[in-house]
Amino acid sequence: MSISLLLLIVAVIGVVGYLIGSWRANALAGGKLSSLHSRPGYYGSFVAIWSMLPAIAILLVWIIASPIYIGSAVRGGFPDEVKAEPQATQNLNYNMIGAIARGFKLLSAEERDALFKDGTAAREVLGSKGVPLAADPAPYMLTAADDLNRMTTASSTFLSILVVIAALAGGAFAYRAIAPKFRARNRVEGVMLVGLIVASSIAILTTVGIVASMATEAISFFNMVPAWEFFFGTTWDPRFAAAGATDSSGQFGLIPLLAGTLYIGFVAMLVAVPVGLFAAIYMSEYASRHVRSVAKPLLEVLAGIPTIVYGFFALVTVGPFLRDISAQLSGLVTGNYASFIQAQSVLTAGFVMGIMLIPYVSSLSDDIITAVPRALRDGSLGLGATRSETIKRVILPAALPGIVGALLMTASRAVGETMIVVLAAGVAARMQLNPFEPMTTVTVKIVNQLTGDLEFTSPQTLVAFALGITLFVITLCLNIYALYIVRKYREQYE
Amino acid sequence: MSQVSTSPSMTALGVTAKPERRDIGLGRRYAAERRFRLYGMAAIAFGLLFLFLLLFSVVSKGYTAFQQTMITIPVEFSAEIIDKDNERATNPQKLVSANYPVVARNALAKVLGVGEDDRAGLRAVNGMISDSVRVQFRNLVTTDPSIIGTTRTVTFLAHGDLDSAFKGQIDLAVPENNRKVSDKQVGWMNTLAESGALAKHFNTGLFTNGASSRPEAAGVGVAAIGSLYMMLIVLVLSLPIGVAASIYLEEFAPKNRFTDLIEVNINNLAAVPSIVYGLLGLAVFVNFAGFPRSAALVGGLVLTLMTLPTIIIATRAALKAVPPSIRSAALGLGASKMQTVFHHVLPLAMPGILTGTIIGLAHALGETAPLLLIGMVAFVADVPATPMDPATALPVQIYMWANEAERAFVERTSGAIIVLLIFLILMNVGAILLRRRFERRW
Repeated sequence: MSISLLLLIVAVIGVVGYLIGSWRANALAGGKLSSLHSRPGYYGSFVAIWSMLPAIAILLVWIIASPIYIGSAVRGGFPDEVKAEPQATQNLNYNMIGAIARGFKLLSAEERDALFKDGTAAREVLGSKGVPLAADPAPYMLTAADDLNRMTTASSTFLSILVVIAALAGGAFAYRAIAPKFRARNRVEGVMLVGLIVASSIAILTTVGIVASMATEAISFFNMVPAWEFFFGTTWDPRFAAAGATDSSGQFGLIPLLAGTLYIGFVAMLVAVPVGLFAAIYMSEYASRHVRSVAKPLLEVLAGIPTIVYGFFALVTVGPFLRDISAQLSGLVTGNYASFIQAQSVLTAGFVMGIMLIPYVSSLSDDIITAVPRALRDGSLGLGATRSETIKRVILPAALPGIVGALLMTASRAVGETMIVVLAAGVAARMQLNPFEPMTTVTVKIVNQLTGDLEFTSPQTLVAFALGITLFVITLCLNIYALYIVRKYREQYE
Repeated sequence: MSQVSTSPSMTALGVTAKPERRDIGLGRRYAAERRFRLYGMAAIAFGLLFLFLLLFSVVSKGYTAFQQTMITIPVEFSAEIIDKDNERATNPQKLVSANYPVVARNALAKVLGVGEDDRAGLRAVNGMISDSVRVQFRNLVTTDPSIIGTTRTVTFLAHGDLDSAFKGQIDLAVPENNRKVSDKQVGWMNTLAESGALAKHFNTGLFTNGASSRPEAAGVGVAAIGSLYMMLIVLVLSLPIGVAASIYLEEFAPKNRFTDLIEVNINNLAAVPSIVYGLLGLAVFVNFAGFPRSAALVGGLVLTLMTLPTIIIATRAALKAVPPSIRSAALGLGASKMQTVFHHVLPLAMPGILTGTIIGLAHALGETAPLLLIGMVAFVADVPATPMDPATALPVQIYMWANEAERAFVERTSGAIIVLLIFLILMNVGAILLRRRFERRW
């Protein structure tokens, strides 16, 4: 019986349990609902929970445990010389047995018996059924595959019976508990509360998952490449690491990527911070209600546009424009029409990223500026300061910690931004200071290392996780620090 | 403010009818004020200018993608070419592997009056026809083999380069050798256009086709299905989990270390770069749990984790906005805490929750980076039947097309971006309408 069918049966039992439970509660009340502790629906839900939860728990445990058990049982039946082989070979063999077992299910009984008599035809026969094998299977594999199939079927049948029994038994148990004095609502609400707690701990699980998954892969990377060579290496050239692992020093250097990330982020902040701050100041201090109601949502549209669109904009519009205009400029000055800005450059990526970040800066700062108490403003204006003087001398200093927090958060976005730099920054990992030349970033290299064929054993792939955890730590620190500043600032007025 | 500042000559003459005025720099200060104000306006104008430029650049490059040049001519489905030895009854493979492009080429050559022995001419004619005629004609013939030997009027796609030329995107002033379309082909194109055989039609292929290496036959249909699967998974998982988590944190959680930890965590998760979620998905779902790479299921799960913090933050804000008097009233009437929340608070907070969810979904729809890492950059030409099949997504399709060199793909990319933006606009407008219609101010 397939898992989905089993789930459906459990669900049906649950619904029936709900109906029976409510009906039973109604019958016990005998038309006088106030004699019940809870409303009839709660008795129904109680029965439904008891019939579904244990059954589903059994199902889950079984799904996870049974392949492990069957696997070890099948491996236990291997001939001794096979057991002596290295673990990797054994895993390969086991995968092949799995493929044969799948193929067997497509064969008729006669065809399978024929294969047992003459194993040499197995590859061809199974191949014709759409199950390609990498090599001719050894005889023990055929028996093992047969064992595997038998055990899987047995396990599946047993599971089906067990789950249905658990569902019925749970339902019956709950049904017997129904009585007018029985506190069904409290029980049901207890289960609901547990559900709510589980849902909210998914946030924790995600963080744990991020840290654990990246840390394990990064650690296996650091086993191959020393950590200090990664963190302090100044050359990024992962291609040749596989050829000679002994002289791989400096080939996975983080520094050029980090330099590119910070440089592009710096250019982006150069664009985003003045524009965003002035926009926020104008919007909160000068703009009429009408202007504000039009300009603010329009600026926020910039935040809603997917980053891939910015990347495309940089690639086909901004990059070529900067290149052409630089050619014109140098032509006017030197007479030689050679562009000094490349289409993919720090400037292109940083500028477009800056445009993307404008709404983050402006809406975060807008909130903070608006939160400055009215009294400060009125006091300053009353003493004869102009509006701009009030803003510069009173409001901005008061809002400064909050604005710094907002800028830190924006910076963390700039560091983690991917699609714009993938399309507009280039892939050459270089250390230089000319903003008109391409540089590359941490995120670009993560994408480069992980698109295409992967194997989870080579340092070329695993380095992406080391880069990822670096990125995660940088953005986490920026954000925690920003949060700390913002919280500290908020206390000042309360 | 000239009347404020007094000229020294007046005091020198002893005119003291007016009270003495000192230069306190008001003019300078007011000028600074005006400058400051101007900076603000310039900043907003700068932002809006680039919003406009971006949209204009995309739309001006992409609107032509909604039309496609097609050729409508009588085509002779010659048995001579398709099935020379008349073995289609015995060998069904024959009709599948027949040389259909030659059928189309000959038909076009006949219309243009190119002789059968003019090999250079035939090659030029062939260059005007999309390779997709192979599939189109094959489908025509295999569904109805009786058309072999007859002549039908068929509409088929012109080659991508010819399409670009017809739309005026190829600069014909460039020397002939340096462009993809020869003068001869341009001449033929104009003849065909005059006779009405070559015309622009609405490009339905853009919405139905999958990835293709030929720009004229490439579409976002398959990618849109992949995106749809992922959005459904995100909606089904993240809405209940997000709402449940927010209810616990907002209504039930005691103030202790654990809930503090969860809270800080959620705020940080909202700021984690999206590419890190891609790494998580690759390591946990693909490598550890063994889900298939490139599957919409994995993409959906990754985007769910990414969207959850957004939904939780929006839901908590919506729950907070429900006034405590509602809770007190329900509790006072004997409802349990759970009943209060689920029967009274949650329905009142629902518009805010749904608005937040739609905005979260719109964000997930435009997300590209994590999907690249879990292998959704695959070349997928067939519609995925289930979420477990290899799929791709709208923004990833845009990314792949953006990397193609051909001019016609720039148009496709912009067209796909327009489609994506239209989806996003629809979702956001929906969210705004929902908020306008149902939002209550307490």
